[in-house]
Amino acid sequence: MTGMLKTGLLKTLGLVLLHSGHRRETVQYPEEKPYLPPRWRGRIVLSRDPDGEERCVACYLCAAACPVDCIALQKTEDETGRWYPEFFRINFSRCIFCGMCEEACPTYAIQLTPDFEMGEYDRRDLVYEKEDLLISGPGKYHDYSFWRVAGKAIGGKDKGEAVDEEPPVDTRRLMP
Amino acid sequence: MNEPVVSAAATFGQLVAILVAVLTSAALLTWAERRLLGLWQDRYGPNRVGPFGLLQPVADVIKLMMKEDFIPPAADKPVYLMAPIVVMSTGLIAFAVIPFAPGIGVADMSIGLLFFLAITGLTVYGIVLGGWASNSKYSLLGGLRGAAQMISYEVFLGLALMGVVLQAGSFDLRTIVEAQAGLWFVVPQILGFVLFLIAGVAELHRLPFDLPEAENELVAGFHTEYSSMKFGMFFVGEYVGMILTGAMATTLFLGGWLGPVLPPIVWFLLKTAVLVVFFVLLRAALPRPRYDQLMALGWKVLLPLALLNLVVTGGFVVAGAGGTA
Repeated sequence: MTGMLKTGLLKTLGLVLLHSGHRRETVQYPEEKPYLPPRWRGRIVLSRDPDGEERCVACYLCAAACPVDCIALQKTEDETGRWYPEFFRINFSRCIFCGMCEEACPTYAIQLTPDFEMGEYDRRDLVYEKEDLLISGPGKYHDYSFWRVAGKAIGGKDKGEAVDEEPPVDTRRLMP
Repeated sequence: MNEPVVSAAATFGQLVAILVAVLTSAALLTWAERRLLGLWQDRYGPNRVGPFGLLQPVADVIKLMMKEDFIPPAADKPVYLMAPIVVMSTGLIAFAVIPFAPGIGVADMSIGLLFFLAITGLTVYGIVLGGWASNSKYSLLGGLRGAAQMISYEVFLGLALMGVVLQAGSFDLRTIVEAQAGLWFVVPQILGFVLFLIAGVAELHRLPFDLPEAENELVAGFHTEYSSMKFGMFFVGEYVGMILTGAMATTLFLGGWLGPVLPPIVWFLLKTAVLVVFFVLLRAALPRPRYDQLMALGWKVLLPLALLNLVVTGGFVVAGAGGTA
């Protein structure tokens, strides 16, 4: 028994010593950035459609889905009937980066990005307003535009003119 | 100028230099140990403060100084304050007899080895008293374990060294080193060397024999209730003890300062460093045994081996003496 114990001791010492030549696993963070996959759930942004307009239609689904109630917004309309948020505010000191808002969003407007470096010295600086959240591009979905496929009439696009949309039916006519 | 004053001044100078060197190496050892453990666990360890993290000990000391110096209300205050002082000072006092190189060393005693054993034997008081005076169940359990472990292992720590004493025919550490000019004692006394290293690690209560501290059972064992620099003194005592055990093993078994080409002091430091790194490797590689296993190993395996080693060495020495006479 003692012999087995002794060889076991020497073996484990040798194996640990061999680790002197192994590559170190540590990522030296501030100098060396870790790889974050594209679907990483980090800082939340509001994206724009391919025409450069805000995608958000202020439907409140993200605010309803948010388990920590960190999203606040107010719906308003422009003169063409297009909905958009009057203000859109995310309190990142509450946000848990669960991604429920992104899942709930019907227009791909709200998206989570691979970025976590958003530390602040003042907690109030973690409250992001719409201008902090809006980015200039379409984010992860390059070609999608809600207003092009939606059936709602807005300025420059009437009922039945959306992509793949049938012309509207006159419900007062009985003819098929 | 009169002779005694000059030599006293020279001794005092050496004393201060050795004290500073030992404390500095103990501080650096805390850094070196963490870097080595990092290396063997495929990570870096402290590498941020200063070049290669070398200033980490300075940062640690500043942190310890800034910490609240807490004394538990139920503690036995004078004893509680004394315990860390005992642990640190015994380690430092024992360095007095270490012969670093010819002409370097604080005191040359004809009973240097006995002095070493006597002083290191006192360390256990610091641990028992610290554990007792803290008035906490974890501290007490740690102190009890420390007492049992250190007394058990001290028995054959001394016996393992007696083979060396028999071969060299002296308790004087310088004579022992010079007796190894032909062959280091590690070869004839390999059993004694291994026993001394095991007993040394147990005396230092370092992993794998850190049962008095045993973080996952006893919080921090005997020093659970200590904070700030009082904890720091226990810590320094442990690292000074590591260097001391390495230096003693070098002196007794690895030929001390003896070696070709390089200056004697370099050989001594080199051999000591290798042993200290080995102690760190033990910590990195081995799990902690159960308490009864530790006791059984000490009394049933290692003590008989030490006695056997002593008897066989004695037989050879007597036979050799009979042959030459």
